[in-house]
Amino acid sequence: MTDTTTAPPVATGPTVPPPQRPKRRLGDVIFSRLSSGSGFLILIILAAVAAFLLVQAFPALVSSPEVLKTKGYGEFWSWVLPFAFGTVWSSLWALILAVPVSIGIALFITHYAPRRLARTLGYIIDLLAAVPSVVFGLWGTMTLAPATQPVYQWLNTYLGFIPLFGGEASGTGRTLLTAAIVLAVMILPIITSLCREVFLQTPRLHEEAALALGATRWETIKLAVLPYGRAGTVAAVMLGLGRALGETMAVAMVLSGNQVINFRLLTSDNPNTVAAMIAQNFPEASGIRINELIAAGLVLFVITLIINSIARLIISRYSEFSGAN
Amino acid sequence: MSKRIEVKDLNVYYGKFKAVEDATMVIEPRAVTAFIGPSGCGKSTFLRTLNRMHEVIPGAYVEGKVLLDGADLYGADVDPVLVRRQVGMVFQRPNPFPTMSIGDNVIAGMRLNNKRLGKAEADAIIESSLRGANLWEEVKNRLDKPGSSLSGGQQQRLCIARAIAMQPDVLLMDEPCSALDPISTLAIEDLIQQLKESYTIVIVTHNMQQAARVSDTTAFFNIAGTGSPGRLIEVGPTEKIFSTPDDQATEDYITGRFG
Repeated sequence: MTDTTTAPPVATGPTVPPPQRPKRRLGDVIFSRLSSGSGFLILIILAAVAAFLLVQAFPALVSSPEVLKTKGYGEFWSWVLPFAFGTVWSSLWALILAVPVSIGIALFITHYAPRRLARTLGYIIDLLAAVPSVVFGLWGTMTLAPATQPVYQWLNTYLGFIPLFGGEASGTGRTLLTAAIVLAVMILPIITSLCREVFLQTPRLHEEAALALGATRWETIKLAVLPYGRAGTVAAVMLGLGRALGETMAVAMVLSGNQVINFRLLTSDNPNTVAAMIAQNFPEASGIRINELIAAGLVLFVITLIINSIARLIISRYSEFSGAN
Repeated sequence: MSKRIEVKDLNVYYGKFKAVEDATMVIEPRAVTAFIGPSGCGKSTFLRTLNRMHEVIPGAYVEGKVLLDGADLYGADVDPVLVRRQVGMVFQRPNPFPTMSIGDNVIAGMRLNNKRLGKAEADAIIESSLRGANLWEEVKNRLDKPGSSLSGGQQQRLCIARAIAMQPDVLLMDEPCSALDPISTLAIEDLIQQLKESYTIVIVTHNMQQAARVSDTTAFFNIAGTGSPGRLIEVGPTEKIFSTPDDQATEDYITGRFG
């Protein structure tokens, strides 16, 4: 190759040497194909689900309210709205209950607990994630609801002037708040263990910087741990929210939901969630009713998508200050 | 502002392991004291006992006394949090808070002390501290940018600004230039010369030229072997340590005949 630079190029031959292709090794090829294949697979699955929802929901979305009415369900959007509300409302309360506790447990495990206790606690939290949702549903209806009913009664009697606690308290305890508590317990493990991982990632250097400035342990957490883990914490909360939005069995068992929009937490007149409603109605559905239920599923899909996009937006707004740069 | 440190018969332990044995020395105010010695000889550990930062490691404790103008840092009723507000520290690698702006980084410590820091007051502290750290001219137009947007040397000066914003009595520096290029190192060394007008400065360094350049007093630490505690071999004026040390080990280390 070296003498091509000194000798004049041969007129007939190519003047530019062909670009050297890096040698492709078999292992590299297989691995890169496998990993990019997995990447595409998830896109294909998502597209297939979205396509299924769109195609199957289409008839219900375009059919006139009259057609739906003849089946006795009324116009689609006004029909689905209460369920969408119920989904968001119950998940919101689940988050309000679960997030502070999860972050608290994660901080306790990472920064306060003695090592052995922290490890045990970590196992227990992960175990909680392995309990099937039908068990949580049973626990919610049979134990939690009766146990919390007196508390609801008390809240209703003494704090009933707050609209949230107003109305007539449920006699069974199977209220939206009970459903939210069950959901909170279900999403607690995932939020906790992700937050724990995130908080453990805080560079020791940042924590020492805070300590050296005379920060107490709590101030160190405020200065170094929480800001550093902000994006990860938001992601953990969003995963928990995703689970709460889609949770079917536990809600269906705890809540005797109706097609209402009711902000009150303690009454027996509760909005059902989209997922629970679909599960309860699907077995007897036929014809356009099936399309209608799938359209409700599409609404749930869109709600989840919107909430996730908002979370992404929140994370990217702080990316310059994220500590990743 | 600047206070004298007296260390008396100090032993430092990590659990059962004795990391530093029987160290006694005086660190003068308004001067730079350098700690030199081979890796693992306990000089960083010893430095950390001067603001109780070693206590961050579980199982670490000391025996003996560290007096700051006569007040024992390890007295029964002394809060380590308050000790660290008096004795500032700069670390091996620059560690500005990545989620805070340059300005907020400077007053991060002040905000802990004084929650009701007015805007004007905060701005004044930010400017004076950054000027004190020779960084003001470089960052005055971008105080709201993240601290991590600065170069390594600038970040380290930001950390120094953050430490001196607290108006500490003592400033500890744990190999502050080991992650920096020579020009940034020079900037920090110049800064150390200015800072010693107002602070007691203790610096750990692996760079003997640096110790010779910046310090007034040098302390040499050594270790007999793995598993044995580090010892303070010799303390003295830097000129003497680097020309006619009393101890053979010191001379061997300084002339490069060791390790």
